[in-house]
Amino acid sequence: MKPLGRIYLVAILIFLYTPILVMMAMGFNASPLYELPFSFSLQWYQALWSNTVLLTAGLNSIIIATITAVLATTLGTMASVALSRRTFRGKSLLQLMLLPPIAIPWLITGTAMLIFFYWSGIGRGMHALLIGHVALAIPYVVLVVGTGFRTIRSDLEEAAMSLGSTPVHAFFSVTLPLLYPSILGAALFAFAVSLDQFVISYFLATPGYTTLPVQIYSSIRKGFTPEINAISTVLLLGSMTIILIFARFAKPGDTRDKR
Amino acid sequence: MQNDQLTSASERGPSGPRSRWTLPSWISTTALLLPTYGWLTLAVFLPLLTMFVFSFMSATPMGKAPIVFTLKQYRAFIDQPYLVGIGITSLLIGFWTTLFCAVLGFLAAVALVRSTFGKTREMLLILVLLPFWTNGLVRVFSWTMVLRENGFLDNLLHMIAPDAGSIGFLYTRYAIVVGLVHGYLPYMILTCYIALVAIDDAIIEAASSLGARWWTILFKILVPLAAPGLISGSVLIFIPVIGSFMEPRILGGRVGVTMGTVIEDQFTQAFNWPLGASLSFTLLAVVLAIFATFSGVLRRGTAA
Repeated sequence: MKPLGRIYLVAILIFLYTPILVMMAMGFNASPLYELPFSFSLQWYQALWSNTVLLTAGLNSIIIATITAVLATTLGTMASVALSRRTFRGKSLLQLMLLPPIAIPWLITGTAMLIFFYWSGIGRGMHALLIGHVALAIPYVVLVVGTGFRTIRSDLEEAAMSLGSTPVHAFFSVTLPLLYPSILGAALFAFAVSLDQFVISYFLATPGYTTLPVQIYSSIRKGFTPEINAISTVLLLGSMTIILIFARFAKPGDTRDKR
Repeated sequence: MQNDQLTSASERGPSGPRSRWTLPSWISTTALLLPTYGWLTLAVFLPLLTMFVFSFMSATPMGKAPIVFTLKQYRAFIDQPYLVGIGITSLLIGFWTTLFCAVLGFLAAVALVRSTFGKTREMLLILVLLPFWTNGLVRVFSWTMVLRENGFLDNLLHMIAPDAGSIGFLYTRYAIVVGLVHGYLPYMILTCYIALVAIDDAIIEAASSLGARWWTILFKILVPLAAPGLISGSVLIFIPVIGSFMEPRILGGRVGVTMGTVIEDQFTQAFNWPLGASLSFTLLAVVLAIFATFSGVLRRGTAA
């Protein structure tokens, strides 16, 4: 059975990676109509360099993702402290309230945000995108940091406090250093969630202020050139790097006691 | 303020220093939770509420037409019978995508658990999950290169049989399903993998030493014991798939009309927000019904 299982896994990997690799390869093909035979060319990457629309959208994406990561990680970590270390009534309801941003299809959330932001005068654009992205990222941060809390023992804080440390001091000198891989992981995760978010951005972006996925989508629908492959390749490699760093820091499957 | 809320935790410390301005712990707990839940209320819960109100309006309140509250939008499936067909198409696309993901993903998880171990398994798991965390839009776009006429698939075929016709099937419903399976398969592999890893090896050894064949082990032991993983994976795939609009647009072209694309059109082209809102809410009702049905399984799945 063992070799058969491995052959099957390789087949699954081929299925998962073939389109991605074909797409990446086409970014290096000279033909604007994706025609073969393949002839290597960097012209689409050069064209990208002077395509201010795509580059601006890319810069917008990075700025939004950075602010989202900072805000969502701060807010989410605060909530996680309360949800992991305190007992109070209504806690399970609050935990349940974290699910809608993850579980409801983004199409529904996105259209609802469009209606509400229009109606309330918040409008669309960068601030609207930020409000949406942070809301999507917070539940993931609470989950990742919450997992981190489960791996460190609360008696360490209590020990520090019984030895005369103030709770603030105990939190910043004992809990936070133990928690920092999870918090860093959560921040990277939030960054990636925001960077890859398309559906909600699509409804909240304005023609003057778009993010990279939204700009790629409208380019695809207008009829595309390998320039889109070039920028897509950059975006994919960027996300993959962030997620690999995340896996390195947060170790989602690691539940060993950290002392 | 910051000091106050954290100092209050000292109430729990056995001999922590108590300062005279210690706050009750509920205040600090509230202060810790308020920003997150305030943000979620502003960005998610108020919008859903507003959308609910909009779904009862007779027209988008931006034009000149006077606004009347009506149930008209919810009669759309009766007044516009073509929507029923579109709804069925969306459900079918969701069904086939989920089924393919379940079969392919479950077997992949079995192969991961039974045929690999240690570093190899870790590496393969990361490789399987990596595409899931990359841009879905870009991955859907990449399928157009593979599936289109004279694309990668055609070229592969023509290397073997130069005279064969085109097997490219871009702009069909099959293309939509392939793209969606590609997008959500890692989800199923992960949920099934978590369920399968928990199964004790001794059970399978006992079964095979008693003469059970591989298919007996698969269907009588692995599938029932990993059922929570299979079900939660299916629910978590089916729900976003019936609400998808970008995959049907890019891979389905003109045939890619689903509930998702209809809703998108109401908001971006037709400018009929109340109809879009009522369709969105109908979709949400389906989603909530599915969650309610499987909530027991899902809760066990997240607790594990």
